[in-house]
Amino acid sequence: MSFEALTDSLKGAHGDAVLEAVTEFGDPFVVVDPARILDVMSYLKDSPETNLDCLSLVSGVDYPSDGIMEVVYHLDSIRRNTPYTVKVKVDRDNCRMPSITSIFKTAKWHEREVYDLSGVHFEGHPNLTRILCADDWVGHPLRKDYAWPEQYHGIPCGPFAMEDKNIPPEWEIEGFTTKNTG
Amino acid sequence: MSEAQHDNVSANLTDEEMLKYNVLLTKLDDFVNWARASSVWPMTFGLACCAIEMMAAGAAKYDIDRWGSGPFRATPRQADLMIVAGTVTHKMAPRVRRLYDQMPEPKYVIAMGACVCRGGPYHLYGYHVVKGVDLVVPVDVYIPGCPPRPEALLEGVFRVQEKIRNERLNDRMRVDSRTAINPRVKHLWPEPPKVMPQSEEPGMMDWLKGILFGPGGDAHGHGHDDHGHGDHAESNEHQAAAH
Repeated sequence: MSFEALTDSLKGAHGDAVLEAVTEFGDPFVVVDPARILDVMSYLKDSPETNLDCLSLVSGVDYPSDGIMEVVYHLDSIRRNTPYTVKVKVDRDNCRMPSITSIFKTAKWHEREVYDLSGVHFEGHPNLTRILCADDWVGHPLRKDYAWPEQYHGIPCGPFAMEDKNIPPEWEIEGFTTKNTG
Repeated sequence: MSEAQHDNVSANLTDEEMLKYNVLLTKLDDFVNWARASSVWPMTFGLACCAIEMMAAGAAKYDIDRWGSGPFRATPRQADLMIVAGTVTHKMAPRVRRLYDQMPEPKYVIAMGACVCRGGPYHLYGYHVVKGVDLVVPVDVYIPGCPPRPEALLEGVFRVQEKIRNERLNDRMRVDSRTAINPRVKHLWPEPPKVMPQSEEPGMMDWLKGILFGPGGDAHGHGHDDHGHGDHAESNEHQAAAH
């Protein structure tokens, strides 16, 4: 089933939710309204026309110049062997959108990853905590304006960790030698 | 050789010849270090792709067992050597330090691979990678490569063995090596390294020295080691005279 047929089917059901369908950049995708993402996803999954029953990936893309954060859903139909891509654009400074964990259970980990690295808050997620970074990590590293912490638990971060620091001479260890004395 | 002949040979030996056949003289340092260097037990510590090469070094083709480093222990309490094989993330770093602290002294660390040495491909833009595991634990041997070949890991084990062979018991007992932090990160630890105070009361080493070299003997202080152990009484007299 082609991208056009899938998009036409989606537009027939939820025409007002589909903002645009873009085909000129390699893999085609549709952009939908974030408030209607639950309707769109449940239609794409359950409708016998589309039958996109597998959520392969959720990822976040940061566009600071446009002030938007893009969430990308990569869907697949196992029966029809068809991929389909849905994008959602949310405000970059107030990244909030509904969670689709009620439709695809696999979205639990994917949305946690997007939250961890890009800082998108999925409302309705049962356990929206960090999944890759440590629990007390500060910031969302894949944002373009992410600033490295100077140190994390006493361990310097970033390339400036390589700079030499002034070491007090009284901290040098005496008697710790590997010289051959035999 | 029959039993009768054997008895005959034993009976014909003088006491001096019997000693020559049955007594081996060496230094305590050399003996202990020989035993330790011949059985360096590493801890299973594969963090990323370097672990595949570490497994290859332990398998039949490269066979790290030939140098006594075969038994990879699953617990730090039985290990002498920590081969940090693979990318160390900031999330993993506290675990690395904790496992290192649980290893018994004396302990050694090999930093295997570019990531462990200086962050490797994540050096400039990797937000999650520790820029060298020597920011977390003191490292004895660095092995570059991405990943290093098993031969390189074997070479690293040889360097550790070389280091062990050249150690002295006195030095090891005096310095708490847990505080031997890399100079790059010494400023992050609030307390200076603890050097164990040299006690005036006789300890185990003095007891051993007394048995081996007589009262007032010193295995290392006189600088005549290259003369061999036959000269010990004489050099001790020299030392006493000089004092």
